[in-house]
Amino acid sequence: MNWHDFTFCGHRLRALPSGALFWPDERLLCVSDLHLGKSDRLARRGGALLPPYETRETLTRLDADLAATGALQVICLGDSFDDDMAAEALAEEETLWLLRMMAGRGWTWIAGNHDPAPMALGGEHRAEIHLGPLTFRHIAEAGAAGEVSGHYHPKASLAGKSRPCFLIDAARIILPAYGTYTGGLRSHDASLTALMAPTALAILTGPRCLVRPMPR
Amino acid sequence: MIDRSDEPALLLIAPTGGGKTLAGFLPTLAELADGRHRGLHTLYISPLKALAADIRRNLRTPVEGAGLPIRIEDRTGDTTYTQRRRQRADPPHILLTTPESLALLLSYEDAPRIFVGLRRVIVDEIHALAESKRGDQLMLGLSRLETLAPGLRRVGLSATVEDPPALARFLARNPDPCPVLLADPGPEPDISMLVTEEPPPWSGGGGRYAIPAILEEVKRHRTTLIFHNTRAQAEIFFHALWLQNSDDLPIGIHHGSLAREQRERVEQAMVEGRLRAVVCTGSLDLGIDWGDVDLVIQVGAPKNVKRLVQRIGRANHRYNAPSKALLVPANRFEVVECQAALDAVREHDLDGEPRGPGPRDVLCQHILATACAGPFEADRLYAEVITAGPYSALSRPAFDACLDFAATGGYALRAYDRWQRLMQVGGRWQLRDPRAATVIRQNLGTIIDTELLKVRLNNRFGGVPLGEVEEDFAASLTPGDTFLIGGEVVRYESLQEMTVQVSRQPGRDPRVAVFMGTKFSTSTLLTHRILDIFRAPSWPELPRHTAEWLALQRDVSRLPTEDRLLLESFPYDGREHLAIYGFAGRNGQQTLGLLLTKRMEEMGLAPLGFVATDYATLIWGLEPVTDPAPLFDPDLLRQGLETWLQGNTVMKRTFRNVAIVAGLIERSHQGRRKTGRQASFSSDILYDTLRKYDPDHLMLKITREEAMRGMVDFGRIEAMLARIGGRIDLIRRDRVTPLAAPMFFEPGKIPVEGAGRERLMSVAAERLMQEAGLA
Repeated sequence: MNWHDFTFCGHRLRALPSGALFWPDERLLCVSDLHLGKSDRLARRGGALLPPYETRETLTRLDADLAATGALQVICLGDSFDDDMAAEALAEEETLWLLRMMAGRGWTWIAGNHDPAPMALGGEHRAEIHLGPLTFRHIAEAGAAGEVSGHYHPKASLAGKSRPCFLIDAARIILPAYGTYTGGLRSHDASLTALMAPTALAILTGPRCLVRPMPR
Repeated sequence: MIDRSDEPALLLIAPTGGGKTLAGFLPTLAELADGRHRGLHTLYISPLKALAADIRRNLRTPVEGAGLPIRIEDRTGDTTYTQRRRQRADPPHILLTTPESLALLLSYEDAPRIFVGLRRVIVDEIHALAESKRGDQLMLGLSRLETLAPGLRRVGLSATVEDPPALARFLARNPDPCPVLLADPGPEPDISMLVTEEPPPWSGGGGRYAIPAILEEVKRHRTTLIFHNTRAQAEIFFHALWLQNSDDLPIGIHHGSLAREQRERVEQAMVEGRLRAVVCTGSLDLGIDWGDVDLVIQVGAPKNVKRLVQRIGRANHRYNAPSKALLVPANRFEVVECQAALDAVREHDLDGEPRGPGPRDVLCQHILATACAGPFEADRLYAEVITAGPYSALSRPAFDACLDFAATGGYALRAYDRWQRLMQVGGRWQLRDPRAATVIRQNLGTIIDTELLKVRLNNRFGGVPLGEVEEDFAASLTPGDTFLIGGEVVRYESLQEMTVQVSRQPGRDPRVAVFMGTKFSTSTLLTHRILDIFRAPSWPELPRHTAEWLALQRDVSRLPTEDRLLLESFPYDGREHLAIYGFAGRNGQQTLGLLLTKRMEEMGLAPLGFVATDYATLIWGLEPVTDPAPLFDPDLLRQGLETWLQGNTVMKRTFRNVAIVAGLIERSHQGRRKTGRQASFSSDILYDTLRKYDPDHLMLKITREEAMRGMVDFGRIEAMLARIGGRIDLIRRDRVTPLAAPMFFEPGKIPVEGAGRERLMSVAAERLMQEAGLA
């Protein structure tokens, strides 16, 4: 078992070492901050020409998680595309790949700050979504309860090694960025310590999930 | 010089202080004396900003004294914006600059106008430039200048080097000839090891133990330069020196991490003869005329005989007086190294490794910079590039690969045809988006610093700049921590807008600022000489403490020899250790560490990390090594090099440097805040992605070439394997051996990411959870 099971608002949830969150009872997989099409956006703006492989790398990992979990519902927690144009600029085979994964599954795109409305693809488009006691949205809100969000790209270190991580307390979960070309924000950052309770945990991603008190 | 002033290229080799720089200017002054030349006539390029400023001062005095109508100015990263603009509009007759500033000038659209009248280029301290990519960049720049100002004459000024014809080929326009002028080397230097009452410590660097003796020497001489190998050591030493400087001798500190204001103050005081000593690093290595220096002290082993000879040349600028120098070993192993260096200097035995071909990441940058200046034809640019000495053997396909990279990224997946950086219009290449020129110009240069943050002293007036520290170091600080900078102990207050805010905190024991010191490998020549010393039955020429230490090692274990490989295995602090005395130089020993830990990982020995010195590698892990033979099978090591090449820290670091120089990723600029955390991600991710999806990409090829030469240095491992011919001795002891002990204090420990690390991480996680009462 390289994942980490925990109970959140009365429901059993599973943090996967890839950075995805799985809700076994609902067969629901949640990922955040895919940032698909990032290299394309940078190139379009006249910047560096980064290796244009991050989209297929991210989709490969997502495909593997879908196969492993047998998820029937998917929620992408926002910033799925690096901007609205990036959604349109996806290579045809990448779009087809994404559509193939979406086929036969409930698929919800939550709006992010980078990609308010990638409407060209199917699926549902929502600002936020409520399932039982849980609320899925892009950016955490102060005072929320049962909230699952992304946006911050949290990371934390253990034995001198820093990795993307989930942050979890009784009221909220913040997911790590799932996209390949993404950096991280140390959990010490004031914006994260202000949101998370003193007893919050950090679940580090990597070869397997490692749990530690959230460094602050 | 005047006799040979019509040579298209000329290399003058003279010991430091031979007045060679002024000699280089004589033909220029003669040609400019009649006041008829308009615009730029001579470009002087030096590796150091300080050197350019210094030459300007030294040159102006005779020129103004003789009333010559010659305008002389310098242009470096420190020159003000207004002055730089004016220089472009109305260039002086003589412009003194650095390779980076020249590259920038050449990238402007008005470069043809600026350089049209150029007649001569003087490259000072060319031996130093040739040691790094700065030299390659400069030679590409000269090839460009040759096109803008045909008939240009080049003069190279060099300190003593081991292979003058190779340096001449580097300088000259290929295939022009380049005669070499050798100046009289002058009298033999007076050089010895400093004898102190207190023996040097068992380990560590810095030479603090020798401070009383060094202060005595400073008192006995007019002006002393005290060289250190790293900035951190210079800082610690300077701080300790002040605490013991009971006579209040005026002593300054000078190194590249200090704020410009600080450096200039010291330089000025030095020129005016107000200082009795300067504690310094390589930033004072080169030919700055410091007037009355009559003693050079080298603290720490010199690593390289050639550089030692050049440093010694700093003393006594009077040509016929012998230079006086003292070597101060920082620890006992360095006593042996210093002895080996002394022998080599006396025997005129200079070390040096042949230079490889010009690196292609520099060429990629040159292509982008050329496009900033205006459209170019590929055929013409190729013809121009191969006139540069380092690129004379560059094939057309190799050039085209660089052009393709600059234009499209050069990926197997042609995703970017829509978003090219360069595009072809009417057979000429140009920037698709002219605004991209700004970013390209900001990224010019081949010096890759680790990310540095400015340090400012808090006060009512907004803060005094003190210098810079590495970002990693700044990240490790918490408010209240103290560290040393510019010889002062300061207290970390906060990090604001990419600036480290500090306050004064006199008298407290500081945590030490860890600057990245340039790590030179001890040369092959010196390591062989050290092994020779080890062979002796006793060591009457060495101080007693060191002779006794070597004897103890021989007693407890044995001393490494030329024809066998010595391994020592011992437990310490709950970890198993393996010391490998390969004497393959720091980079070679580091590669050996990477290869061996890879094999150990496969064998289930759970290695956790290693550290390399010039003479040995120390590996620690969870399990002991009992049978070394399978670890040192040459074929498996070579095979490991191929597989290992694919994924370790050193390769990733090499990739990052290559990617920055080639323009794939932007260097982060101080003072410019990153636009957001999502915008910055580790270059390691790009490296891993390329390896997986585009393993033949140009950046990976260049990374491999680079690693084979510099940081990997597999050549020295091969030489070591040939030397030992399979004769390996593994000695097991129950404690740290005398020769291994110093390695525990080496900085630059490299963690191994493997099963051992995962085991430790999960133990750490469980412990933290238990302590928090959560498990």
